[in-house]
Amino acid sequence: MLVEIGHFALVLALLVAAVQGFVPLLGAAQKSRALMDLARPAALLQLLFITLAFAVFIHAHIVSDFSVLNVFENSSLEKPMLYKVTGAWGSHEGSMMLWVFMLALFGGLVALFGRGLPASLKARTLAIQGLLGFGTLLFILFTSNPFARLYPVPSDGRDLNPLLQDPGLAFHPPFLYFGYVGFSICYAFAIAALIEGRVDAVWARWVRPWALTAWCGLTVGVAMGSWWAYYVLGWGGWWAWDPVENASFMPWLLGTALLHSAAVVEKREALQRWTLLLAIMTFGMSLVGTFLVRSGVLTSVHSFALDPTRGVFILVLIGVVIGGGLVLYAWRAPGLAAGNPFAPVSREGALVFNNLLLAGGMATVFLGTFYPLFAEVWSGVKLSVGPPYFDTTFVPIVVPALAAMTIGPVLAWRRASLATAMRRLVPALIAALATPVLVFLSDRSAPLAALGGIALAAWAMAGVLTDLADRAQIGKLPILVALRRLRGLPRGTWGYAIAHFGVGMLIAGVTVSTAWRSERIETLHPGDTMAIAGRELRFGGVAEGSAANYRFERADIVVSKPGGAAFAVHPERRYYPVAGSSTTNTSITTNGFGDLYLALGDPDGKGGWVVRAYYNPLVPWIWFGAGLAALGGLVSLSDRRGRVRALRTVPAAAPRPAGSD
Amino acid sequence: MRRLGAGAILLLLLVATARLALAFEPSERLADPVLEARARALSKELRCLVCQNESIDESSAPLAHDLRVLVRKRLLAGDSDQQVLHYLVARYGVFVLLDPPFRPLTWALWLGPPLVVLGAGALLLVRARHGWREPAPRPLSAEECARAAALLGERR
Repeated sequence: MLVEIGHFALVLALLVAAVQGFVPLLGAAQKSRALMDLARPAALLQLLFITLAFAVFIHAHIVSDFSVLNVFENSSLEKPMLYKVTGAWGSHEGSMMLWVFMLALFGGLVALFGRGLPASLKARTLAIQGLLGFGTLLFILFTSNPFARLYPVPSDGRDLNPLLQDPGLAFHPPFLYFGYVGFSICYAFAIAALIEGRVDAVWARWVRPWALTAWCGLTVGVAMGSWWAYYVLGWGGWWAWDPVENASFMPWLLGTALLHSAAVVEKREALQRWTLLLAIMTFGMSLVGTFLVRSGVLTSVHSFALDPTRGVFILVLIGVVIGGGLVLYAWRAPGLAAGNPFAPVSREGALVFNNLLLAGGMATVFLGTFYPLFAEVWSGVKLSVGPPYFDTTFVPIVVPALAAMTIGPVLAWRRASLATAMRRLVPALIAALATPVLVFLSDRSAPLAALGGIALAAWAMAGVLTDLADRAQIGKLPILVALRRLRGLPRGTWGYAIAHFGVGMLIAGVTVSTAWRSERIETLHPGDTMAIAGRELRFGGVAEGSAANYRFERADIVVSKPGGAAFAVHPERRYYPVAGSSTTNTSITTNGFGDLYLALGDPDGKGGWVVRAYYNPLVPWIWFGAGLAALGGLVSLSDRRGRVRALRTVPAAAPRPAGSD
Repeated sequence: MRRLGAGAILLLLLVATARLALAFEPSERLADPVLEARARALSKELRCLVCQNESIDESSAPLAHDLRVLVRKRLLAGDSDQQVLHYLVARYGVFVLLDPPFRPLTWALWLGPPLVVLGAGALLLVRARHGWREPAPRPLSAEECARAAALLGERR
């Protein structure tokens, strides 16, 4: 009964979405206030119905209602409660429910918090969001019904893919989807602006917080995915340029560009058209990321076996959203007001440079991900495009962007002097030159690329600190006054500083862990020892046992270091009998500056076990850095300017604090 | 019947543990460290053909194991790195290379990124050079002058 209510709520949501999608558009065209005002209650009602349907769906998973096909296929009685809840979005149908829930959530949030929005812009934005919901709900109801029943009712389910029974992966999809779908609101704002024929600072001030919100979610989602890969794959890789990873990385790259170009629209009323295009393409890439990857067109671990109707529906949906957006853009954008001019060397110029490289990086990832598909259709030759390709093409494109990331914020708007900027960055320049030299002196065999990466990381981190000190005039004013100034800097400034510092940490983590990781792979018998990175590992043997829904083989290894306390770690292998598959559960011991990473391999049949040990220096900084970047986004989001509802257009050229010229 | 079921489970378990093998194994290691280092480097550039985007160095599939052993055999036989790659491409096709070779089919793949970035960059630079002129400040209208005066007066 409850399940039918959920199904029915979904059908109602579809009908409400149809009303939300068409009526306010009509109202805005006819300047009918009553029709436009329908958008708000419709968006809230849609959120209500979809929340109800989603809650029913999760409830069916919690109570293990195996009369629901989806629950039978993705759950079992023995599965721990956490994974019964999170397993709800572990399947294709469930993830579509999560997707459409996020869509309705963002629509509902705009309806709730968009009181100050101009009426027609709000009506059109919510209408576009409604249309997106309409398309997705049609897809769910006709090709991926999560409430399909099963009779006779089986006594137990088939269990969730054990790889998904993991805390990292349980919470990775909600963040990722929050990001993907969050960009739908930017898309809706962009389409609404194109229909209105107006893009200005007011528009940007409304769009930017949403872009930031979505970006924070996506950043966390991508980072969690990479962290999961790191500890689950058993050899310490954290990024493999897999199509799925690329699919989440493409909207991230464009979203990052969007964030920065929307700032230019807000502050300077320039780059309006480019920002609109980015808003359309960012969401377009989110769609490609969610759907195309799952359609099974690309070989990937994440693709669900899919019937052709789904594939065709998905292609049509993507075609309408991206194609429709681009056609509207081509038609309407030339009529938009031109942006304010700026010199090549200026804050705007730096942001254009960063946008160029981020978009170029995105194009590279896109090309590498889809080229094998094109090549096979074109010539019948099966190609592989793997990490070596991305290392040679993508890295040279982003490195200049990362280097410019430090200079951009110290440039003045409109027209700036590079010499002045570099003079202000002298301390950072010294750090960027001194750090690699110090590293080289301590390790003469350090590869050149690694030294370059270290210089880049030092440049980014020291650059942020230098700029902060400069803005607060530390060293020029009495220290207490300067500290007060530092505390008084706008949240937006703090947000940028935290995020850019995080990116610097990330560069350091990537560089150092790649260049200086050590590896030992040996067959050990109980009592054997092996050494890695100044530590001694004593292998005590392997114990077998069973837990809720799996059996395990657990190694006992004692780690000791001269002058440090010894401790035991237990890497294990698990076998899930219901799902019929196995996982590796690595043991990772971290001190914030490096990870001791242990994985248990095969027995050799003669009492020995393969033990894989790695020491990955600075690898935690990859995720600290990504976390800081997301935190920076949140801090920036809390800036007072973002919360002010007043719609007066402030003078575009706000003076910058602390001697920007 | 029950015994049969238990037997089946045991068999399943055996099969499952058998395919649990993790990536590169010590038993495959060559005695010569130089050759071994070359074998590891080559393994990272070769695709495990039956896996989802994994190199044979990372993969736990039996085929990956066979390929790792094969690479080492070729190296022991005195092949150069290039010869090993040629040997594998002749057997498995270009699909086995994670680093796609530069040939007419992949020209667009390799040249696309630099051309896109450099082309767009050059275009932007030309436009910026021509487009940027210090705009003459627009004289204020009488209404704006009055507003400015009022605002300035407020401050004082």
